Amino acid sequence: MTSQPIVATRRADGRHTSMFLRLLMRAAILRRGRAASALLAMIVAAAAATAMLNLYVDVQAKLRKEFRNYGANVVIVGKNGEALPKGALEVVNAALDGRGLAVPFAYVVARTVDGQSVVVSGTDFAQVRRLDSWWSVSNWPQAPQDALVGTRAMAVVSAQGKPFDLSFQGHTVHLNPAGSLSTGAGEESRIFISLSDFESWTEVQPSTIEIAVSGSPEEVNAAIDKLAQALPQTEVRPVRQIVEGEARVLGKTKATLLASASLIILTAALCVLSTLMGWVLDRRRDFAIMKALGASERLISSFFAAEAGALGAIGAVVGFIVGIGVAAWIGRVNFHAPVVPRLNVLPWVLLGSVSVALISAALPMSLLRRVQPAVILRGE
Amino acid sequence: MFLRLVYESFRRQKRRKALAGVAIVLGVGVATAMIAVATDVGDKMSRELRSYGANLLVTPQEDSLDLQIGGVDLKPPSDGTYLNEADLPKIRGTFWHHNIVGFSPMLPVNIEVAGKNVTLLGTYFSKKLAFGKEQFVTGVRITHPWWKVQGAWPDDESPDVLVGESLAAKLAVKPGDQIVAGGQSHRIVGILSTGSAEDNQLVASLGLAQQILGKPKAVRRLYVSALTKPEDALARRDPKTMNAELFDRWYCSPYVESIAYQLQEAIPHSHAEQIRQVAQNEGTVLSRIQGLMLLVTLAALLASALAVSAAMATAIFERRSEVGLMKALGAGNASIAALFFVEAALLALIGGLIGFAGGAVLARQMGRSIFDSQITIDPVLLPVILALAVIVTFAGSALAIRRAVKFDPVFALRGEV
Repeated sequence: MTSQPIVATRRADGRHTSMFLRLLMRAAILRRGRAASALLAMIVAAAAATAMLNLYVDVQAKLRKEFRNYGANVVIVGKNGEALPKGALEVVNAALDGRGLAVPFAYVVARTVDGQSVVVSGTDFAQVRRLDSWWSVSNWPQAPQDALVGTRAMAVVSAQGKPFDLSFQGHTVHLNPAGSLSTGAGEESRIFISLSDFESWTEVQPSTIEIAVSGSPEEVNAAIDKLAQALPQTEVRPVRQIVEGEARVLGKTKATLLASASLIILTAALCVLSTLMGWVLDRRRDFAIMKALGASERLISSFFAAEAGALGAIGAVVGFIVGIGVAAWIGRVNFHAPVVPRLNVLPWVLLGSVSVALISAALPMSLLRRVQPAVILRGE
Repeated sequence: MFLRLVYESFRRQKRRKALAGVAIVLGVGVATAMIAVATDVGDKMSRELRSYGANLLVTPQEDSLDLQIGGVDLKPPSDGTYLNEADLPKIRGTFWHHNIVGFSPMLPVNIEVAGKNVTLLGTYFSKKLAFGKEQFVTGVRITHPWWKVQGAWPDDESPDVLVGESLAAKLAVKPGDQIVAGGQSHRIVGILSTGSAEDNQLVASLGLAQQILGKPKAVRRLYVSALTKPEDALARRDPKTMNAELFDRWYCSPYVESIAYQLQEAIPHSHAEQIRQVAQNEGTVLSRIQGLMLLVTLAALLASALAVSAAMATAIFERRSEVGLMKALGAGNASIAALFFVEAALLALIGGLIGFAGGAVLARQMGRSIFDSQITIDPVLLPVILALAVIVTFAGSALAIRRAVKFDPVFALRGEV
């Protein structure tokens, strides 16, 4: 409460800058209650801003991963229904370079022993399992000659679950129904076997490659162009149902999140404004004493500005750390994967915090400047 | 005297009260808007997710196997059984008919066009139907929103056709040309692009396909697009093993399974099943988005609570000299605390009311600009929000009040604060 003697000795040293720092330090320590509450508001605001910005940037990537569960968004078929050229899958995998999952499908219509027609498809089970995660399968085939039979096809070929024969162009194959498949769509009428079994039986090459390309619409379009160039004799087309649905839902989610983020950040900023304004107004006695002792307006202004700036910067850094934590927590709880901290958000949070703090200091300052120190000191 | 103190405090300290009040209004407004959006986002998103198309498929019970490869139907036309078109409007009579966004019947017919085997698909485009007194419109334009037509959509009563884009390129036809299908010449009104099997097909009204097939009222498949609730443990249980009470709960929840069950009841000799690709993923995506909004709302509530607390603490901190004066005049700690709490409660109630109204407007605006539909706020929320506002304001004030009351009046009056 009585810092006059120390101030006096310091003034004798004539060290202007250290006096300035001292004032700042003293103000923070002596009024730590007020400083703490202003800092708390600052931290909350910065944390909210960081968390929301981080989420907003990261949520697209997180949701896109969920959307890839809808399966293929790009399909490659031979022109005019012909088979794909040999080695097409290798070309596709090379073009994708790990940013997607490609699964080949080959189809023929085979006949059962009692002459019924059924569509048989050869594919790669390990890959299909990842691509079409909605397939409800009782048991995935492991051994050669094992078949995955659609529930409706099952009733036709092997009602009791016994092994069955299929013939195609005079060649017969003996298959073991390892599991049944339920999808609610056309796949239920089909029989799936491994591609090696299929090719040795029918000598028919895959006619379709279904691909789940990951990434933004631009990246998907770039992948389509690249694939079309790599395989000029085929038709590469996006699955519009999947691509457009995803764009729509993602767009709406982002818009909702953006609106919420702006609301939260705005509230936090305005609360900082009100808290800091109260803080500065509360110190009008300091202001008056400094003025009465002969401090220039510029010095006082820079003093309050430095105080507010320091508060803003400290609040921003602490709030950034807290906000990263909040974003990571939301990511873990909701998406079961942490949200990656975005350091490039920090400059924006810092800039925003410091400018909000400076505005909060400048507003009451312009009010106080018009008032005579004597009026304030008299307590009016 | 007490009331007068409160009244004068509000009258004379307008600026301070306004600052704290603004914080409360903002906090409550944002909290209200966020709660409204978070509770409604599930409904809204589930409607958006319908852009993935139908999530239920109804087929005849004794259907033979589909024989379709690459958009060409190889099934002999005589094969298999059909649903009856006359049964379709009954879907509007099911328990969850409000959740049925639309349905589209499909009837593929094999025809020869320019010497090639082509599938003509009969369906509803935007068909006007009636169930009882209720009029409604349904068809692929609702259930398959990704279907794009270059040219015009045909009328459901006309013999005009759409040609899939791959087929159109092969046949070198364009809108306005004539095409011979099923022994008759038809006008092509548009080129259809779907990104799937229909690109190699002709698409016409259901009536035309039935006429070519020679089976009036026949429907091979029915796609139904319904708003559903994400699957949970109850949804996955077999309805046959449930007791009556559990069955009622299952039946009266809009699970994709229970809607399938009701469709089967409404349409005789049918088998309804969820299209797992759409239905299963819908649940996951929906719960992720809902979860995200819930957590964001929680964060928003926390931030507004802290902001309100900080503002209240500031407001009370500023009035320590007043406390000193009251104490010097003989006021007890309890009555001073009571004064502050009453003031805080008044601020919270007034701020809460304004904030609630503002939040409602905000939520409505968000609904309109993002989802093109209203987000309405349940009035039941008002008392909850007000109670929350009062609790948060009290919690924020409590510490500051305690410190203000403990403060020695001598220092306060000397101005050494």
